[in-house]
Amino acid sequence: MRMTLAQKILQRHTAEEIREDGQIVNCKVSLVLANDVTAPMAISSMLDMGAERVFDRDRIALVMDHFTPQKDIASAMQVKFVREFARKHQITHYYEGGNCGVEHALLPELGLVGPGDVVVGADSHTCTYGGLGAFATGLGSTDVAAAMALGETWFKVPPSIKVTFNGSLPEWVTGKDLVLWLIGEIGVDGALYKALEFHGPVVENLSVESRMSIANMAIEAGGKCGLFAADRKTLDYAVAAGRKGDREIAADPGAAYEREISFDVSALTPLVACPHLPENVCPVTEVKDVSIQQAVIGSCTNGRISDLREAAAVLKGRRVDPQVRCIVLPATPNIWKQALAEGLIDIFMDSGCIVGPATCGPCLGGHMGILADGERAIATTNRNFRGRMGSLESEVYLSNPAVAAASAVAGHIIHPAEI
Amino acid sequence: MRYKGKVHKLGDHIDTDAIIPAKYLVTYDPAELGRKCMAGLAEDWVDRVRPGDIIVAGRNFGCGSSREHAPVAILGAGMRVVVAHSFARIFYRNAFNRGLMLIELGDAVDRIADGEEIAIDTEAGLLTLCSSGRTIAFPKLPGFIDRLVQGGGLIAYVKNRLAHSGA
Repeated sequence: MRMTLAQKILQRHTAEEIREDGQIVNCKVSLVLANDVTAPMAISSMLDMGAERVFDRDRIALVMDHFTPQKDIASAMQVKFVREFARKHQITHYYEGGNCGVEHALLPELGLVGPGDVVVGADSHTCTYGGLGAFATGLGSTDVAAAMALGETWFKVPPSIKVTFNGSLPEWVTGKDLVLWLIGEIGVDGALYKALEFHGPVVENLSVESRMSIANMAIEAGGKCGLFAADRKTLDYAVAAGRKGDREIAADPGAAYEREISFDVSALTPLVACPHLPENVCPVTEVKDVSIQQAVIGSCTNGRISDLREAAAVLKGRRVDPQVRCIVLPATPNIWKQALAEGLIDIFMDSGCIVGPATCGPCLGGHMGILADGERAIATTNRNFRGRMGSLESEVYLSNPAVAAASAVAGHIIHPAEI
Repeated sequence: MRYKGKVHKLGDHIDTDAIIPAKYLVTYDPAELGRKCMAGLAEDWVDRVRPGDIIVAGRNFGCGSSREHAPVAILGAGMRVVVAHSFARIFYRNAFNRGLMLIELGDAVDRIADGEEIAIDTEAGLLTLCSSGRTIAFPKLPGFIDRLVQGGGLIAYVKNRLAHSGA
C-alpha cells in the first residue's frame, strides 16, 4: 500500500496492518504531554484508573506554561498538585520556573519530539510537531491519562488532505499567512477528523520554525494533525536539538488523498483573521480604520526566534503608539537569551514594548494582557474566539509578527510596508 | 440509553472557550465547572438549564482547545447528551471518555426547534420530536466507541486492563 505520511508514521507504531483510512489502530506513543491546565485532571483520571505508575518516566512531559508564573492561588494549587505528582513518579521532564517555556516551542528545542514520532498531548496545539514530521495530536486529559499509564492510545487512521504551495513567498508573507489562507479557504471544520499534509517548493524552502507555525494551526481547521515530510533541514534541526538516529520520512509517491489543494502563493499579501473565527481571513490591507489597544507577539504559533526577528525588524527605530500596549513574550528561556544576545530585547524595550516571561498567558485570556470591554488586540496567536483574550465584548485579530508589530506602531491594523 | 429533555438550541462552531472560558480552568470539579457552563456565550447562560435538558447545536461543536473541562462542565450543569450537526474531534473523544453522549445528526438538526422537548433512544438510533411525534434516525455509535461506553468509559477500560496485566 502506498501510504500518506499519517498512515506511514502510525504504521511504525502499531502491530496492526494499516489497510485503509477510518481503521482504528492501537499505537505506541513516543511522548505524552500535559500542561498546568490539563495535567491536574489527567492525574486525577490516572488515580481513578488505579494506575500506580506511569509507563515510562522519561517519556512524559509536564510543562507548567499556561497560568505561570502562577497567576493566583487556584492556579498555584494546580501547579503544586502536578509538581508533587512529578516528584513522586520521578518524571524526568517536568518544567516550571526558569527552565519552562511554552510547551510547543520548548519540546522541539529540547529534542523531545522529532521525525517519525507519535506524540499525544493534553493540549490542542500538540499538532505543532507535525512541522518536524511527527504524527502529533491533541487529546483530552483522560485520554492522556490512559497514555501515561499504558504508553499507547487508539487512533482512527485519518484521511489526508494534500496541500501544495507553489511559487515563491513574497516579502512580508510568512508561514502564518499560508496557514491563515488555508483556514480561510477550507473553513474551521474543513479538515475535521483529517490530516493535512503539506507539499510543494514553498514548503521545502520554509524554515523548520515556519513549518511548525503552520502545523500548529492545523487544529484551527479542525485537523487531527498537520504534517510535513522530515527532510535534510528537519534532521539538521533535530541534531542541533541533541537528537540522534532520526531519518528522513515522507509520504509514498502515489498515496491516496481525500482531497488535493494547490495554491500559488506568489501574489499573496499578509493576512489577518478577523473576529471571532480563524476562518474570517482577509488581506491586512482590506482592514481599514481598526484601532487596537493591545498587540501580543508570542505563543506556540509565533513566539520563536525567527518571529521575534521579524517583529524587531519592524520595531527598530520606531515607537509603539502610546494608546497601545505591545506585549512580547519570547516562547522559551533559550529564545529569550538568544533575543537578548541579538539585541532584539533592546529594540523591543526602546520601542516601548513590554517584554515578559515565556508563558501562554494572554493567548487564552489567562493573564499578562487581558482585554477590557470594547478593547481590541492584534495577536500572533492562534485563536480569536469571542472572549478568548478577556472580555466577551473584546476582539482579537490574528496576524504574523511583522503585521502585529507594525500595527502596534500605527495604533491601528496596518500592512508593515505602510508605516 | 434513553434521554428526554428540553432543547437549548445553539449555532455553529461553539468553541470550548465558549463552553468553559479559560479563566475557570483552575479546577476540575464538575459542579464548579457546571456553574460556568457556556459562560463564554453569556455569563448567566446556565441559569436557563434544568437537569436533563439537551443542547442541540450546529456544525463543529466543541472546536478549539483540548480542555476536557468542556464536557465535564456540560455534565456538571446536569446535561447528559448533546446533539449537533457535527463535533470537533478532541471534544468527541473527551465526551465519550467522560460519559457524555453525543448524537451527530447532520442537516437534520435544523428540524429541531429551541425550547421543544425531544426524546432520544441511542440503541434504536432514533430521535423523537415530542410535540409532533416525528422521528429523526441517526447512525448508531461505531462499534469500538460503543464497547468503550458500555464498558463504563475510558477510566473503567484502563482499570480493567491494568488489573489483568498486574501492572
